[in-house]
Formats: sequence, structure tokens, C-alpha cells
Amino acid sequence: MKEDILSVGIDIGTSTTQLVFSNITIENKASIVSVPMISIVDKKVIYRSEIYFTPLLSLTEIDAIGVKKIIEDEYKKAGIRPEDVDTGAVIITGETARKENASEVLKNLSGFAGDFVVATAGPDLEGIIAGKGAGAGEFSKEKGTVVANLDIGGGTTNISVFKNGDVIDTACLDIGGRLIKINKENSEITYLSEKMKQLVERIGLKIFVGSKLDKSELEKITNKMAEILEEIVGIKEPSKELELLITNHDLRRDYEIEYLSFTGGIADCISNQPDNWFQFEDIGFLLGKSIKDSKLIKEKKILKPAETIRATVVGAGSHTTDISGSTIDVSEDVLPIKNIPILKLTEEDEKLSFDDMSKVIADKLKWFRLEDNKQLVALAIKGLKSGSFKYIQELSNSIINGMEEIINSNAPLIVIAESDMAKVLGQTLKTQLNNKKDIVCIDSIKVSDGDYIDIGKPLAEGKVVPVIVKTLLFNY
Amino acid sequence: MVTERELKKLIEQVMSDMGVNEKDNEKQEEVLKAVLDKSGIDDEDILDITTIDLKKQLLVEGSENRDAYLKLKEYTPARVGISKAGARCKTQNLLRFRADHGVAMDAVFTYVSDDFLKDWNLISVSTMCKDKDEYLTRPDLGRKFDDETIRLLKEECDMNTQVQIYISDGLSSTAIEANAKDTYDAIVQGLNNHGIKVGKPFFVKHGRVPAMDAIGEALNPEVVVVLIGERPGLATGESMSCYMAYKPTVGMPESNRTVVSNIHSGGTPAVEAGAHIADVIKTMLEQKASGLKLKL
Repeated sequence: MKEDILSVGIDIGTSTTQLVFSNITIENKASIVSVPMISIVDKKVIYRSEIYFTPLLSLTEIDAIGVKKIIEDEYKKAGIRPEDVDTGAVIITGETARKENASEVLKNLSGFAGDFVVATAGPDLEGIIAGKGAGAGEFSKEKGTVVANLDIGGGTTNISVFKNGDVIDTACLDIGGRLIKINKENSEITYLSEKMKQLVERIGLKIFVGSKLDKSELEKITNKMAEILEEIVGIKEPSKELELLITNHDLRRDYEIEYLSFTGGIADCISNQPDNWFQFEDIGFLLGKSIKDSKLIKEKKILKPAETIRATVVGAGSHTTDISGSTIDVSEDVLPIKNIPILKLTEEDEKLSFDDMSKVIADKLKWFRLEDNKQLVALAIKGLKSGSFKYIQELSNSIINGMEEIINSNAPLIVIAESDMAKVLGQTLKTQLNNKKDIVCIDSIKVSDGDYIDIGKPLAEGKVVPVIVKTLLFNY
Repeated sequence: MVTERELKKLIEQVMSDMGVNEKDNEKQEEVLKAVLDKSGIDDEDILDITTIDLKKQLLVEGSENRDAYLKLKEYTPARVGISKAGARCKTQNLLRFRADHGVAMDAVFTYVSDDFLKDWNLISVSTMCKDKDEYLTRPDLGRKFDDETIRLLKEECDMNTQVQIYISDGLSSTAIEANAKDTYDAIVQGLNNHGIKVGKPFFVKHGRVPAMDAIGEALNPEVVVVLIGERPGLATGESMSCYMAYKPTVGMPESNRTVVSNIHSGGTPAVEAGAHIADVIKTMLEQKASGLKLKL
């Protein structure tokens, strides 16, 4: 028995704003004689919006009303009402996320994204989403290889590295097509980002706001950018300039990348040779050419991505939603819940005696609540793979003692286990709490400390819940 | 028995055959000592080959991409990636195959221990089979009880309860000892949560699945549940099934049974299965149906 979920992906990037609708199909793949095992069997993009320039009011402000209008019109064109949407993600990416009114823009859009939507992503998650949208993750799994996806947009380059289907590394660089802008009419430089100013100075070029357009000077900049990309994927020794352009952290480079794939707006500039290099009033085409001529193309195998400029939005629409294990225990009334911070026990914590484990939980809960005075916290554990009934009883008791503060509040008790144990653990928690507490106990979901999670209303007659894990800090 | 002198000579011979310098007395002494030490053989340190997780073992040497191969192997305990010696199986695989077969045979031919039944405080009855041989060759007897046994069950157990759970060896006693108690406890906890009454459990030796129909007719509960050992395969001897039927009767169609199978540490964990089964039973009581008639 198949069931379709309608998912929306909205990406408000440095240069473009896009939307897609996807159908995600879930199905019980277990035989009739087994415990149900519902999984995602198909993801299909059913509608792609046009690609719009992100409307800006000024260099530091997004035109929130303009963005809202774009989305509104696209919903109409697609013939989809906001209430039809089950899940999805709105992400503000790249430089746009650093604009003053980014959160206001999101608030404006919340009505369009259904009940259940990601609000923000960090550069790491953006890179992962783009890599999945490009099909790089899937390819690495099929071929058993290491693929790095470079999503090069207007403001940033988000890199995600996949090995055998798993994300093993991420990084973000200030490399993009619109970090330097040019006026077509008078051939003058109109904008340089802060990092570009520094880079120009380091190389000793004479490019500044108001300077005359000089293609060869600009090529020196884009060649440098391509060189820095060579450095980050391990073709060339890292330089000081690489350090300068890293926005959050570098790649580890303790693995060998076999394939590269390019997505984002610049991906389309790599193969195209335009008549007018500056038709978009930026350095996008030059950067594309620099990459084309670089060792990136010559020394690595190139994977043709499933999507280029739409990789991020397709990733947001099709690849952010996951589903929980199929034997779970949830109080349906409290769902959906959004942006729940994760309190994850370490493996060492889980090896402690149950009494000590309670204390650790209570301690961690305390500083969690100090940090952001929120009511909701989800406790995440790995759990024994095939624990005894006694183990479950003791674990449940330990959780209840540790989460006392939550138990005494109105907030539901949320427990996320990696091992298949949520139903029995949920039932045990309920029993030990005399059926007087709302419980959300799900499994087969891997989360880390620092993640946030959204949990949606149950699907497939209550057997599973959709889940979006938001990894803000990528810890390998 | 060979003397030490003969042994020394033998070692000398072997070492020179292997191209080791025969004047290397020290080495000879070393080997001699090692050989003599082994006279009282102690196999404590020998690895139990069945404890190796087949999903994590890749015996192919010089594979192009080991990580990717292992990733694929995570999906199945089947014997892939086991390499070969010419046209033949490697020694390790042959031994493992035979060891796994041994595990399966043991699971079938051993009995659930008295200690296990005593710890759980289960009364034990038997079907009409006299011994394992009859159990294996006469499936018809494995589903019947004599009058004396039926009388005993009626005396000792609860009549007309909502749910009657019992345990049966079936084709794997190992499965029962490994899983039955955890699954049972989880089922009962789940049913108690729903306020559903459960009859006193008992054990049936030499039981086939349809024995539950005779139990149903004797004790007249709404739902009969049996936790029974599955026919072991070469992947595990510990797999248990749970068969359930709403008001079963002798001779009813097999399609009236609902089953949850593959309960073991490598499949559905015993406790999680129990929690799931509790919900299935609740649905059965609500719909007054089981098997294909039950809408889950």
C-alpha cells in the first residue's frame, strides 16, 4: 500500500529564488508476516518554478514582500494550495542568510510551507542538501566511491563530500559569481564583497568600486578562485588565500576524492561560452571558464549532476524529509513539533549505570535549558541493538528520573533512539508514568548533539512519522 | 605414543623441509616445547567460528573497493564475498557452513531446559508426540493433545480470558530460550496498558502451530497467541515466530492466522516485537478477526 506525501522546497539564495514541489512515496516493504517496515520508495519532482533573481531592497535587506509574491504566484501556477503540502523545507542560503531581515522573510513564508517545514539551514546543511539534490550521494553509493559536490552559487560555494552514500565532510567558501558586480552600461565595477576586497589586495590587483572593467584583471581573480577550489579538494597545497575564503571550516582531506560534481548557477557557466561575458553583470561566466580550464576538470573524474542550478531547491524539496522506524509510540495530539533541540547522550554516557545515566541526563538538561530557555528538548540515545525487557525497564526508569523537569512540565517527553526499540520503550515509559504523560518515542533516526529536529503528524495509519533532522553543526 | 626424541627428529625433518636452518637449535627447542605443551589440548582460546558476523566479514582478497563491498554486505547475511580456492570453497567457509548447520540441528533436537521453565514458573504439557523423532515425522500428532492433557489445562489455566498466550518449542528450542521471555513480558505490558486481560501462560512441548486451535477450543479465550521456535536456517537458529488467531477452531483455514516472524537479535528485537504484537492483539479484539480478515 503506497502513500504519497507532497513536499515543497523553497530556496532563497544569494542570487536566485526557486521553488519545487515533489511527491515522496512511502510504502510498507516488509512481507505480510513481518513487523511493518515503511520506507521512502520514490521521490519525484512534479513542479519546477521559474528561476527568479532574489528581490533585494538594498545590499543588506531582502525584499520580503517581493519574495512572498513570487512564492504565492508559483503556488497558483502549480495549482497547489498551501494546506495540501505535507512537508518540505524553506531555506535561505548563502549570503542571503546573513541579511538583516532573513528571519522576517521566513516568518512571512511560514503560511505557505504547510505545517511542517525547516526554517533555516547552515552552510553545512545547504551543501548536503545540494549534494543530495545533485544525486552525488546516490552516485557515491552506487559506485562505492567518494564524490565531492561543489555547489557554487552567487555568494558561496558549499561543498559536501559523500562516501558510499554517507556524508563524510563538508565545507563552505566565499567563492561565487556575484561577489563582484559590474554595470553593463558604463562598464564599471559596482560591488565587491568584503572578502573580495581582501583577495584583490593580496594578489595586488587594481579592482575597486568605480574602477573600469578589465576582463584580464577579473580573470586573475576567478583563476585564483579556481585555484583555491583545487586546494580545498586536495589537488594543490593549501595556501593562505584558502584560509581567507573559508567561511566556517575547511575540508579534512583525509580521504581521496574520486569524482567532482558541480551544481549551482556557476555549474551552467562552466560549459557555456557566452557572447557577452558580463550579460548578468557579474563574474559568473569568468568563474565558470576558470574552473573549466583548471585542474579540477583535468585531474578528477567529473560526475554530471542530476540538477545544476536547481540542485539545492530539489534537495530541499525531495531530500530533507526522512521517516522514522515503523514501530513507534507517539501521542498524536502533540504533533507536529518543530525546531526541537537534541540532547544526545554519548556512548560513554550510555555505558554508565542507570543511576549515573539519570544524573548525566539531568545535568545536560540543565545547561540545555539555560542556553535557550525553551520548553522542548528531545533526548536522543543509541540504545542496545537487542536489549532485554529488563534493560528497557531500567532505561525507561533512568530516562524518567533524568528528565524529571520535563515530566513535571506540560511539555511532551520526546525520546529518539537509533536502535529499533521505540515502541517498547514508549509503552514502558507510559506504563511507568501511569499513562499520564504525552510521549513521542521514535527510532531509526540518527541525530547528533547540536542538531534540531522537526517531527510531523503520523503517516501510514500512524505507523511512521516524517522527520527532518537539521544538522547545523557538522560533526564527523 | 612418540618419545621426545622421535618428536625432535620429526621437527628437525619438517623444519629442514620448510627450508629452515636445521642447525637452529633454539628454534627447534621452541617448537618442541610448543608441541609438548599442547598435549593436554585446551580449546578455550579457539574462536567459535559462528560468532563471526557474516555481514562484516569479507574474504575476497585484493577487492577493488573493499568499503563499498562491505556496505553492500550490510544488507544480507547471505554467503557472498566469501572467495574461493580454485573451484572449491575455502576451508573457513566450509567449516562455517558445517558449524551453522550444527547450530540448526542443535536448535531442532535439543529441548527447552527444565531450568528455563522453572525460572519462569511455567507448567509444561506435551502434544501427542512421544519424542523428537515422532514430532518430526508425524506433524498431525504435533497439533493434538490427549484427553488427560486437555483436562489438566482446563484445571490449571484460566478459562474464557481475553488473551491466552503460551510458549511452544516448535522447531527451535534455542529460539524460545533466547527470545520468548522478553517478547512475552513486552506483550503483557502492552496489553495491560490497554486494560486487556491475559491468561496464565504455559509451555507446550513438541508443538506445531495448529496446536493453538486445540488450545483455543479447550480454554475458550478470545485470542490465542503462541510464541514458537521457527525452523532454523543457516543464518540463525534463534528465530521465533508469534502466531495469533481470533477464536481459533480445529480445522479452520490457515488464512485465519496472523503471524509476526523473524523475531531474533538480528531481525526484529524480541522486546520491540512484543510491543508491536500487543497492538496487533488489541486490533484483533476490536475487529473480532484475525488473519486475512484483519485490517491492520
